[in-house]
Amino acid sequence: MGELMIGLYVFVLATLAGREVITKVPPTLHTPLMSGANAISGIAIVGAIVVAGRAEGTLQTALGIAAVAMAMVNVIGGFLVTDRMLGMFRKR
Amino acid sequence: MNLEILVELTYLLSAILFVVGLKRLQSPATARAGNAIAAFAMLLAILATVVDAEILTWTGILIGVVIGGGVGGLAARFVQMTQMPQMVGIFNGFGGGASALVAVAEFVAAPNVGAGTTGVTILLGTLIGGVTFSGSFIAFAKLQELMTGNPITFPGQNVFSALLLVAVLALGAMTLGLLGDGDPLMLFYAFIAVSLLLGVLLVIPIGGADMPVVISLLNSYSGLAASAAGFVIGNMVLIISGALVGAAGLILTQLMCKGMNRSLANVAFGGFGGTAGIDKAQIGKRPVRTTDAEGAAAEIGYVNSVVIVPGYGLAVAQAQHELRKVGDLLGERGVDVKYAIHPVAGRMPGHMNVLLAEADVSYDKLYDLDEINDDFSKTDAVLIVGANDVVNPAARDPKSLIAGMPILDVDKARRVIVMKRSLSPGFAGIDNDLFYMDNTLMFFGDAKASMSDLVRAVRELA
Repeated sequence: MGELMIGLYVFVLATLAGREVITKVPPTLHTPLMSGANAISGIAIVGAIVVAGRAEGTLQTALGIAAVAMAMVNVIGGFLVTDRMLGMFRKR
Repeated sequence: MNLEILVELTYLLSAILFVVGLKRLQSPATARAGNAIAAFAMLLAILATVVDAEILTWTGILIGVVIGGGVGGLAARFVQMTQMPQMVGIFNGFGGGASALVAVAEFVAAPNVGAGTTGVTILLGTLIGGVTFSGSFIAFAKLQELMTGNPITFPGQNVFSALLLVAVLALGAMTLGLLGDGDPLMLFYAFIAVSLLLGVLLVIPIGGADMPVVISLLNSYSGLAASAAGFVIGNMVLIISGALVGAAGLILTQLMCKGMNRSLANVAFGGFGGTAGIDKAQIGKRPVRTTDAEGAAAEIGYVNSVVIVPGYGLAVAQAQHELRKVGDLLGERGVDVKYAIHPVAGRMPGHMNVLLAEADVSYDKLYDLDEINDDFSKTDAVLIVGANDVVNPAARDPKSLIAGMPILDVDKARRVIVMKRSLSPGFAGIDNDLFYMDNTLMFFGDAKASMSDLVRAVRELA
């Protein structure tokens, strides 16, 4: 089985797992869910580090820096703002 | 154990912790810990990458980390809760942009990639990431009011979009050398340009109250783009995390569509705005009963149960703190106070809940549509703040433009007080029958000023 097919299996199964878990998130937490998901989509940082770390020449370097910067906005900004929001959800 | 296996196991642990973290979002009590777990999972993935990747130069990585981390940190610290929709909107764009750039960089490093798996996944990642990037910036501009928040349409728009889609497919085939023998790099740049244009066209026809749908959809795309980038560089944790985000966005998109009883296609290709057959001149011409702060205070201060219905107008006026004071004062008087939140109230899923949480309203007082709709017939008074279409009983009329849209059945309460600037219609562009009903009192004025007056009036009640 090729790497593509393995990837496809993983993708489909992860989508189904995500569906099961996320369907049960209550509407009151939908905004933190979105911003938390935002943060997780910052996982592109993994690819960005690979690309930036072996960049040669101006274009590749610029692409690498931009990719890392954009992904880091999501990672740092996403997790922090989600934490800030969730800190506000209190029961009295 | 050799390093490669350790790295792969770390990625696996990271993927597991993302799922565990998301699972904790199922309750407000555990959600914060869940977010921290997901953040730790991200840290693990980054560490594994740093160990594993052949990093020849650290300069670019460090510059990117400082810029991105700085911007993200400052934005997260200072953004106001009323601005969360545009914040999430632009973060979607950065996520999609980062994934697209990973694919672009892979292509630029080896332009003659050919029509194999790598070539196809690179183009897919570039397309989805590019659409997410430009679409999210338009969504941000609309929500931040840098451009009109209304739908922008022009004649032949759908045909034009369809042609662009064909162009993207053709350019893709040409880039991979399946069609013609042009310079792959130049063709690829054209492919990027058309992808970005597609993103713009996806979002400009969508406006106002439809924004929750498009924000959710772009959220889903940002995940799919990350998955595509994972296929490009052959990294499972990217594929898995991207799939989780894609699923989250898709579920929210479906919920938002359901909240308006419209299909995704109907939202995307314009359903509302086509208000032909509605006599606009007649809107707001029927007589209404009005009240003021003192009158409203008396209606909600001497009863057993009050349900508060917040809408986008509350966010615009930033009156959430005053509203919470009204709720607290009523609570002290022994009134049972609940907050009813429609799924599409505001400009993104859960927008109202976050605003009220910021104002320190206890989350167990927030009820969604299904939980509260049966209670309205037993409710003494309903206070509506800046909501319109989601409480319009016309939705029960099969001939109405909003027929079948799930609404909060506020008209079944004994008394309804509507705080609103004027009788102007909501996003659907139709008159709201609720305003003219016998049990409805209109309390006109700016939500913040009116709410301050109401706080004072309730406080002065005997």
